[in-house]
Amino acid sequence: MSVVMKHHLFWPLCVLAALLLFNLCYSPDFFSITVHDGHLYGSLIDILNFGAPLILVAIGMTLVVATKGIDLSVGSIVAISGAIACLSISRGADQNSMGLILTSVLLAAGLSLMLGAWNGLLVSMAGIQPIIATLILMVAGRGIAQLITGGQIITVTSTKYAYIGSGSLAALPFSIFVVALVLGIALLLTRRTALGLFIESVGCNPAASKMSGIRAHLVILAVYVFCGLCAGIAGLLLSSNVSSADGNNAGLWYELDAILAVVIGGTSLNGGRFYLTGTVIGALIIQTLTTTIYMIGVPPEITLVVKACVVLAVCLIQSDTFRAAVAARWKSRHYPAEKEMSRHAS
Amino acid sequence: MPLNRKYIPIVVTILLFIVMFTAGSFRYTGFFSLQVLMNLLVDNAFLLITAVGMSFVILSGGIDLSVGSVIALSTMVSASLVQQQGWPPAVVIPLVLLMGAVFGTVMGAIIHYFAIQPFIVTLAGMFLARGLCYVISIDTITIDNAFYTAMAQTRIPLPGGSFLSISAVIAILVVAAAIFTAHYTRFGRNVYALGGSEQSALLMGLPVARTKVLVYTLSGLCSALAGVVFTFYMLSGYGLHAVGFELDTIAAVVIGGTLLTGGVGYVLGTFFGVLIQGVIQTIISFEGTLSSWWTKIVIGLLLFIFILLQRVLSSRRLTLKE
Repeated sequence: MSVVMKHHLFWPLCVLAALLLFNLCYSPDFFSITVHDGHLYGSLIDILNFGAPLILVAIGMTLVVATKGIDLSVGSIVAISGAIACLSISRGADQNSMGLILTSVLLAAGLSLMLGAWNGLLVSMAGIQPIIATLILMVAGRGIAQLITGGQIITVTSTKYAYIGSGSLAALPFSIFVVALVLGIALLLTRRTALGLFIESVGCNPAASKMSGIRAHLVILAVYVFCGLCAGIAGLLLSSNVSSADGNNAGLWYELDAILAVVIGGTSLNGGRFYLTGTVIGALIIQTLTTTIYMIGVPPEITLVVKACVVLAVCLIQSDTFRAAVAARWKSRHYPAEKEMSRHAS
Repeated sequence: MPLNRKYIPIVVTILLFIVMFTAGSFRYTGFFSLQVLMNLLVDNAFLLITAVGMSFVILSGGIDLSVGSVIALSTMVSASLVQQQGWPPAVVIPLVLLMGAVFGTVMGAIIHYFAIQPFIVTLAGMFLARGLCYVISIDTITIDNAFYTAMAQTRIPLPGGSFLSISAVIAILVVAAAIFTAHYTRFGRNVYALGGSEQSALLMGLPVARTKVLVYTLSGLCSALAGVVFTFYMLSGYGLHAVGFELDTIAAVVIGGTLLTGGVGYVLGTFFGVLIQGVIQTIISFEGTLSSWWTKIVIGLLLFIFILLQRVLSSRRLTLKE
């Protein structure tokens, strides 16, 4: 039992299970999934579908946090990516032409790669604190997104573009496959190659990693580029789901939700350890929480208060001092990341 | 003339302000007047007050993301108590200030005693305060209390036909008090020491716990005061007031030359940081054809320049630190 309890996914999964159980008690048909026109419908599918952009952003954020960084600009990149894709599609003669959609998607992805690289360069080459380096793009990015859309909401009528965010493949929402693909690539690269180890090493101690022959600068640059790309894809999903781009509100607060998901997933903000699956569960918890709040008829505005309590609870549970003060038996439970934290915190 | 390295960022900030203001004066007729200068204070009084609190937090090596939400909560609490419960402003305003201070104290205590990163704790505070606004009401509450309208409309005449608002005077007093606190009191020196190195401060026997908690208390108090001033300005309480304001505030502090790692910077720099943001907005409104989102891009650009400048100037110090 203690082995199970010590697994890093134990507590996040418990929270998720508790949330789902609550939903089941509240509305018994919560788990029912119906087939309609060859598509699956149901609350669980909705959670996966609407949670897809957040999961994507959080995956990218996990790797950045693993290098002891933080990326505040993801929300702005989400907005920019959606804006540029929708702008380029709306300029096209035939909005449904495959070539145009592909060009626009590639354009948006390329731009988010560049924005990620900008963050990465500031952090790794210029040596600026991550929170500040990405703050620049967070502030300026919203302006850029509004500049691209001209301050308007750009609407597109392309059904092919809408497919990315709201279409379905093999009866499941297409966005789930996008998430699965990105998660698969990230897991493969970080857990089946040495890259994950490099990232953790740089997160623990960049100087020591450099001494042992790891190109710390390159690793840091790479995680920010990856994070930018993830945010860009999330922006595509988000904008294609509603077939429009809103430079002002798209991706607003995403950075905070993503960081929350990463922290819930057990990754310490002090870097050095990361859990991609934990992050995915964290993002699902946030999405389920939002759905639950909507469902039980509490005004959706209360979501923020609930989120605040969740953040605080998670952080307090992660804090050694708090646990020691409140209950001695909690001491037996340790995320590997927490040992890391206490080592750095001295 | 050999200029001490530590004064370079603040001198650059002040020069930048002068250059921008002069450029604006040459380019637009009617720009060069005392009133335009005074309006920078009138329109940015709440930003100035918040930024002063934030300066102390950043000087101590922390960050406070909750300021915008605390402002919104202050406007909301003021509006609902004054307008819906009919409480007199003389009771409501001290109550709101107390609320902000307690909010900051609690966050500071959690940050210090449970050793959780300020970023996360104040993030939770930001969610909480913003959420509490909506618990009070989802809609705007308009204030038509005589005291509040009087505060909003009173103009203090200055020589030359220009005027200041009461909010601007409050802001100036706060800045003056903050400069005194930062540079001429024991608390101020403790804040600088804490930002320089927490371990050293602890080893020197400075009251680290008290200073750290007090810094967040001060920031909460400043945000609540800014909220009160914001209520004078908007004459309403609304849960979406001051969204994204924490970033404007941090930007003002950074443009003012305060180092985000803590320990280096001046409150006076923050004052000019706020004025620079004000000048950008004024220039954009004088230009007429530029849209307001240019403000964000220009501020982002300025942030970039100042951070690079600080990086270059402090490279020797940072390598020593590492």
